[in-house]
Amino acid sequence: MNVRAPLVWSAAGLLAAALLPWYALEDGLASGDWLSGLWSSKDYASGVAQAIEHGRWWLAPALLVLVACLVVSFAPLAQRRRGALLVATSCIGLVLFGAQAFAIGLRGWSAGWLVSLFGEMDGQQIGIGAGGALVLVTFLALLSIGLALRGAFGGDTFVAGAVTTVAASILLFTAWPILHILVQAFQNADGAFRPQLMIERLAEAKIWSLRCLIGRGGCGVAWNTLFLALCCGAGSTALGLAFALVATRTAFRFKRTLRVLTVLPIITPPFVIGLALILVFGRSGLVNHFLEWTLAIPPTRWIYGFPGVLLAQLFAFTPVAFLVLIGVVEGVSPTFEEASQTLRADRWATFTTVSLPLMLPGLANAFLVGFIESIADFGNPIVLGGDFGVLSTEIYFAVVGAQLDYGRAAALALLLLALALGAFWLQRRLVGRRSYATISGKGDSGLPTPLPDAARRAAQWIALPWAAFTLLLYAFTFAGGLVKVWGRDYTPTLAHYVKAFSIERSAEGLIWSGAAWNSFWTTVKLAAIAAPLTAALGLVTAWLVVRQRFVGRATLEFATMLSFAVPGTVIGVAYVFAFNVPPFEITGTALIIVLCFVFRNMPVGVRAGMAAMSQIDGSLDEASATLRAGAPQTLFYVVMPLLRPAVVGALVYGFVRAVTTVSAVVFLVTAEYDLATTYIILRVINGDYGLAIAYSCALIALMLAAILLIQFLVGDRRLGRRSMLQQRGRT
Amino acid sequence: MKIGLPLAATLAITTGFCTTSASAQGVVNVYCSVQVEWCTLAANEFQKATGIKVSMTQKGSGETIAQLKAEAQNPKGDVWFGGTGDPHLQAAEDGLTEPYKSPHLAELHRWAVKQNSDSGGRTVGIYAGALGFGYNTELLAKKGTKPPACWADLLKPEFKGEVQVANPNSSGTAYVEIATLVQLWGEDKAFDYLKKLHANINAYTRSGTAPIKAVARGETGVSISFIHDGVTEALVGFPVKVTTPCEGTGYEIGSMSIVKGARHMADAKKFYDWALTPEAQKLGAQAKQFQVPSNKATPVPPEAPKFADIKLIDYDQAKYGKSAERKRLIARWDSEIGNLPKP
Repeated sequence: MNVRAPLVWSAAGLLAAALLPWYALEDGLASGDWLSGLWSSKDYASGVAQAIEHGRWWLAPALLVLVACLVVSFAPLAQRRRGALLVATSCIGLVLFGAQAFAIGLRGWSAGWLVSLFGEMDGQQIGIGAGGALVLVTFLALLSIGLALRGAFGGDTFVAGAVTTVAASILLFTAWPILHILVQAFQNADGAFRPQLMIERLAEAKIWSLRCLIGRGGCGVAWNTLFLALCCGAGSTALGLAFALVATRTAFRFKRTLRVLTVLPIITPPFVIGLALILVFGRSGLVNHFLEWTLAIPPTRWIYGFPGVLLAQLFAFTPVAFLVLIGVVEGVSPTFEEASQTLRADRWATFTTVSLPLMLPGLANAFLVGFIESIADFGNPIVLGGDFGVLSTEIYFAVVGAQLDYGRAAALALLLLALALGAFWLQRRLVGRRSYATISGKGDSGLPTPLPDAARRAAQWIALPWAAFTLLLYAFTFAGGLVKVWGRDYTPTLAHYVKAFSIERSAEGLIWSGAAWNSFWTTVKLAAIAAPLTAALGLVTAWLVVRQRFVGRATLEFATMLSFAVPGTVIGVAYVFAFNVPPFEITGTALIIVLCFVFRNMPVGVRAGMAAMSQIDGSLDEASATLRAGAPQTLFYVVMPLLRPAVVGALVYGFVRAVTTVSAVVFLVTAEYDLATTYIILRVINGDYGLAIAYSCALIALMLAAILLIQFLVGDRRLGRRSMLQQRGRT
Repeated sequence: MKIGLPLAATLAITTGFCTTSASAQGVVNVYCSVQVEWCTLAANEFQKATGIKVSMTQKGSGETIAQLKAEAQNPKGDVWFGGTGDPHLQAAEDGLTEPYKSPHLAELHRWAVKQNSDSGGRTVGIYAGALGFGYNTELLAKKGTKPPACWADLLKPEFKGEVQVANPNSSGTAYVEIATLVQLWGEDKAFDYLKKLHANINAYTRSGTAPIKAVARGETGVSISFIHDGVTEALVGFPVKVTTPCEGTGYEIGSMSIVKGARHMADAKKFYDWALTPEAQKLGAQAKQFQVPSNKATPVPPEAPKFADIKLIDYDQAKYGKSAERKRLIARWDSEIGNLPKP
């Protein structure tokens, strides 16, 4: 271990530098054309060949450092000394690598001040390919090995590697693109640095006006956003808790149906709920027609604005709160509740003083997620907002609207980020550093106490009507795909499905002639790749943040939230800004879409994982460590099995969000990689609702199937608790 | 191998670095800002006519210029086809597009050529669409209101809370409306009118096409929209009719530009030239889009609103397409109308 790991990595890095093309290839690695040109071709050459043969001398220093790393791995050294040297060399390597990659771009020096410093240069380089990327990974691996050898992270290479991987990927794929665009808040249109512009942009009355309080006009977008998010966070948490309680702590008979139902909105492409709400509550909607017909109440337009947006957001985000909360509610150990009852507390006192406080981390996380989802939500405010503007729509139109003002968009995005961070900070203060661990290694922990009657009734009275309402809305939507023109001509037809998903039989086999197949398969493929990555990265991050002690832990936790709090449009533009130029030139590929999915949706995995993990007693980890299991064994054989609900949640969320996200990928899709949502949105813009709804229904079916598959593959968590049924059988 | 595990994911990702967008020979990347059917049709027909493959990405014009700006250092698109004229003029002003004089320029209407000369040759008109009113026939009939025929009609008390128009901060359509009124009556009178109109407006929507969709679904009685968008809704089966104001109205010029630094410049120019021919321009009508084509020889379908029947003002695209003028007018709208309390 002392010698082997660094040796293997340095050797691998050198091999990559010598035998793989350094730069990105136009036709990909798979074709194999590059093999013959590895030394001679300017495009295909490896890093070593580029440095020696093709005049790209700037690659040489980093490659020499790689050799130095190999020497350090070989040399007879004490462990700590080897570690220190590895850290030093790999850091130098990273700096040299980064310096050349960022300083020299498509047309020589990439920044004006470099030109004025060194004069013009004729060298140029494109984005890195397999060779360059592997060398970069090698440096990171050597850095983490070196840190572990020096005794950091408890001397555990796995933890060191995980921290480096997570930190480096978040830095590269979240922090860097976002900073890239946020900097523009301080720049004028020509890119000059003008900090006072930022203050001007943020001091506008349009953002901060409070006139709505005195009944004169609308309030500023910042207040609108904040108020909406508070209501949405509180509302979705309450609804989510009600659902979670009904699903786990009552004898309600249709729990499975309920679970599917609560998940429905989350797997619905964003605008569908908004449109369904308009058709039910709009001025010409069902409800208004009915009221006018029976009670002669003239139709109103209340759905447009705050009430409508809030309603739609509650629909959309209650399931997220539910997913965060269900693991937590399940996880509250009955032992404590039984102890409370032994101490003569009645069920109500037990519920309010023991169970609820133990759910606090979950509640706080659910609120945080609801709050942040609400401020980052774009689809619902755009459909139902009317006059009511929020930051996300304002930002969107600052980017794509008549103003085209990236500076203003960036300033508003900063404000949005500040709101999200405020909520994040508050949540940490609220939950604090108290212990919520209730899953420990001790055997049987008793039966979950039934809910007190009042709480049960409240939970059911909140959850069931809401569920019925959801059902109604979906029945209505589903019907929309089966009629000629939704909201107008209700002649039944299958034409929309045929247009989207027809398959023809011919001599050469099946022809997928439907208009939607292309984007459908791309979506399935990319989402299936992104989901496990999202879940793994999210849960490992959660594990690191909750279970490991290292410098910069809080920063890491904070950084994961970044991409979540920034609206999709900003992320999309940020990705184009950051990844359209060397060294990481990946626009137009499927990779950038997958990365966008992963890093945008990872935070929910992190939140769910953290909430669930804070319930698992650390003594389990310690017991595992005492039995000489390393960190990876503990993670995979002890923690993960106890986290199954969180694993399911993260996988499901990763997949579902990848399928339903719109605003972030609008700038990333190409003709080759078109996605279902962008296709649907175009149909909606076209007014072709039938096809859009038919496609959405197909997506919903797909996602339901995926959820069942994930549930089946991951399985339930077995907590060594007797179930209600067994109990009933016994009495 | 312990160390292998955490980095496996990174490794998997890095292998993806080896493929960047394909740019084989005979491909042209088109950003398309008209309706998706039109885009697909144009792509297929061009491919049939020339054998050059079209890689078509459909995006709104606002999104496209945002993308062009973000990609400016390393452009990925070749041609930007369609979409309202202002963002094209803006792109020209920002130097994001390439000047080009097509040999077909002489066959075009005057307004299309003027768009080209106004922008220093960086963009050209491919169609035009007039601004007007869309109204829901059933809703107005139920209320017993006569459809609006003039700008002045919209101020009538019976339209109180029935008119919807977009917010110029976000919508190019709304900006064309304001610029039209300013050119029609002068700035102060135009803003007076907008202030009075405010009493009848139920919402300033964020999106430019939202009002006509609201009209179609009976959510509002009247909208100020481009009339070809209304025709599209009516064809789907909604009770929508369109008129143009009797005092005169403005129009948008749907434009086309070549991206500066395009990777497939020669093919991009071929597409550009082809898109100005009558064969290419009649595809709009085939896709049920009824703007007025810019090539004089293009046959105009009967459903299309006739420009001859519309009282058009001499819309000064050059002056009102400049970003400074737009910023100024929008700021004035913000302080004088956007700030007013809801009636």
